[in-house]
Amino acid sequence: MSIFINSDSKVIVQGMTGSEGSKHTARMLASGTTIVGGVNPRKAGTSVDFDGQSIPVFGSVADAMAQTGADVTVLFVPPAFTKSAVIEAVDAGIPLAVIITEGVPVADTAEFFAYAQSKGTRLIGPNCPGLITPGQSNVGITPANITGPGKIGLVSKSGTLTYQMMFELRDIGFSTAVGIGGDPVIGTTHIDCLEAFENDPETAAIVMIGEIGGDAEERAAAYIKDHVTKPVVGYVAGFEAPEGKTMGHAGAIVSGSAGTAQAKKEALEAAGVKVGKTPTETAELMRQIING
Amino acid sequence: MDLYEYQARDMFEKHGVPVLPGIVAETPAEAKAAAEQLGGGTVVVKAQVKTGGRGKAGGVKLAHSPEEAEAAAQAILGMDIKGHTVHRVMIAAGAKIAEEFYFSVLLDRAERRYLAMCSVEGGVEIEQLAVERPEALARVAVDPLTGIDAAKAQEIVEAASFPSDLQGPVADVIQKLWTVYANEDATLVEVNPLVRTEDGQVIALDGKVSLDENAGFRHEDHEALEDKAAADPLEAKAKALDLNYVKLDGSVGIIGNGAGLVMSTLDVVAYAGQAHGGVKPANFLDIGGGASAAVMANGLDVILNDPQVKSVFVNVFGGITSCIEVANGIVGALEQLGDEATKPLVVRLDGNSVEEGREILAAADHPLVTIVETMDGAAAKAAELANA
Repeated sequence: MSIFINSDSKVIVQGMTGSEGSKHTARMLASGTTIVGGVNPRKAGTSVDFDGQSIPVFGSVADAMAQTGADVTVLFVPPAFTKSAVIEAVDAGIPLAVIITEGVPVADTAEFFAYAQSKGTRLIGPNCPGLITPGQSNVGITPANITGPGKIGLVSKSGTLTYQMMFELRDIGFSTAVGIGGDPVIGTTHIDCLEAFENDPETAAIVMIGEIGGDAEERAAAYIKDHVTKPVVGYVAGFEAPEGKTMGHAGAIVSGSAGTAQAKKEALEAAGVKVGKTPTETAELMRQIING
Repeated sequence: MDLYEYQARDMFEKHGVPVLPGIVAETPAEAKAAAEQLGGGTVVVKAQVKTGGRGKAGGVKLAHSPEEAEAAAQAILGMDIKGHTVHRVMIAAGAKIAEEFYFSVLLDRAERRYLAMCSVEGGVEIEQLAVERPEALARVAVDPLTGIDAAKAQEIVEAASFPSDLQGPVADVIQKLWTVYANEDATLVEVNPLVRTEDGQVIALDGKVSLDENAGFRHEDHEALEDKAAADPLEAKAKALDLNYVKLDGSVGIIGNGAGLVMSTLDVVAYAGQAHGGVKPANFLDIGGGASAAVMANGLDVILNDPQVKSVFVNVFGGITSCIEVANGIVGALEQLGDEATKPLVVRLDGNSVEEGREILAAADHPLVTIVETMDGAAAKAAELANA
């Protein structure tokens, strides 16, 4: 078991023929991901060779799904075209879309998230590294060689902190590591991942990495208190980050929290989560839990 | 990106939101000319700063003649309001205000939609109102797929308990403010106060607008709104080199890859600094994923030119970024600087091609470079060197 993706996941790549898309398709294939096709209407019917593996290009997500049974799409599409690409995938009825693209206007994300929610597609991202179930499937840009399968579940807003934490705990390994992205609006939240890890028998403990801004960590803390029985270890980045030049007072009213790292740390600790001062210390807290 | 009031005023006008005439001035003489241009009667001289509380700080003055406007501008220009120096004032036409209201629409991150807030009690500290009398501030969720149409605008004015004769005119202005929000890719449009004048008009008297920089590609005119003069010179240089850099007050220069890891690096350095005279990070610099040797060298160039920097901590976890590129960038930048390089560098590399990267640094054997294997250990070393 794992969450969201496993060895049965059949993945298509929107933007596979672009430079980022082709580079990372090669990496995903090399780490064992089952990639069944790419999507590009102008190159439909052709195929792309990745080190001896020929991957067909389809004209639409719907075509690709009909012909391959794909159930996951990963998007390496430029920001200006991301909204239409996600809406196409949602209309095709794909269960999971992972959006790697950085720099998507937040109004576009708000719109395609609302649309995806109404049609039942799970989105991960945008502006995220994707997710990896080590040894089974790697959807996105996470380096697959940091660590192998194990019993820790990881959810993080940040890509490089995800890699750092996987590296710190490479002796134990991970069930699934999900980079949910740091944009103001994201498809899958800390809470969604906590819920999935709680229900995953292969996950014994959870690392949650947050950072300043918004109140997602505070909400996650409240969720952990009421719904999560597995041990959770936390890390929050951004204590020294300069105060955002926010204008007006409307933002603070909505979140009901200053969004500071300190407020997040306190909320997590109040929910019984052990919070490390550095990534290394956080990893040590997890190691103590796993090794008893 | 946050806009100045005068920029928000212009943007409102462009989308048909009723505003008062206003002219921006950078000198007292310009302020006097602006007051004359507005008819020579009563005007309001308003400091243009991106912070609240300017009224209390004396940054808003009433002037009954162009001469008074000149004197008011003289007093306000150069004033410091909560750390913001006033470089411009707006000369706004006077209005006879009968009532003040509040309206805003903004991104609601947690609910992943928009939120409109509206009150018949405007011109006040809205944060205070929200805490003390939350029932006086209507909050109405806005669906990103439908926005604020006529029905939603009506729902908002009813929720805020506007009297029936005002509902139509206010709802009309709210729909126009939504046009600003949607068409300009804003993340906040706030009007405080929205006023009814004695002759019955509904006018946006003060506006705050924040724009989504990610949407810049479809708004070519937004770049001109950026306040380039206000940026720190090192920040301007970094921006020209396409680096994600923020200047801070400490003495340990920081370079890393990925916003999360760099933020974490600042924290770890400040934490380690507690044992070394309280030294703090000097900056935030994210060289991003897949950085090349040239990007690394550019980053070092910016940081080594910061006179406050006493030591530098390069903290890279190679995901996509190869430690070979990072190491080559460090060696190349130090070669280029030659004798000008005098600040010690602490380097911690892990991940993609770490062995090769460390070998490149070891082979160069530069006297200023120290390699430390762990992030916490490297932070402690950098803090110690900054405090030496």
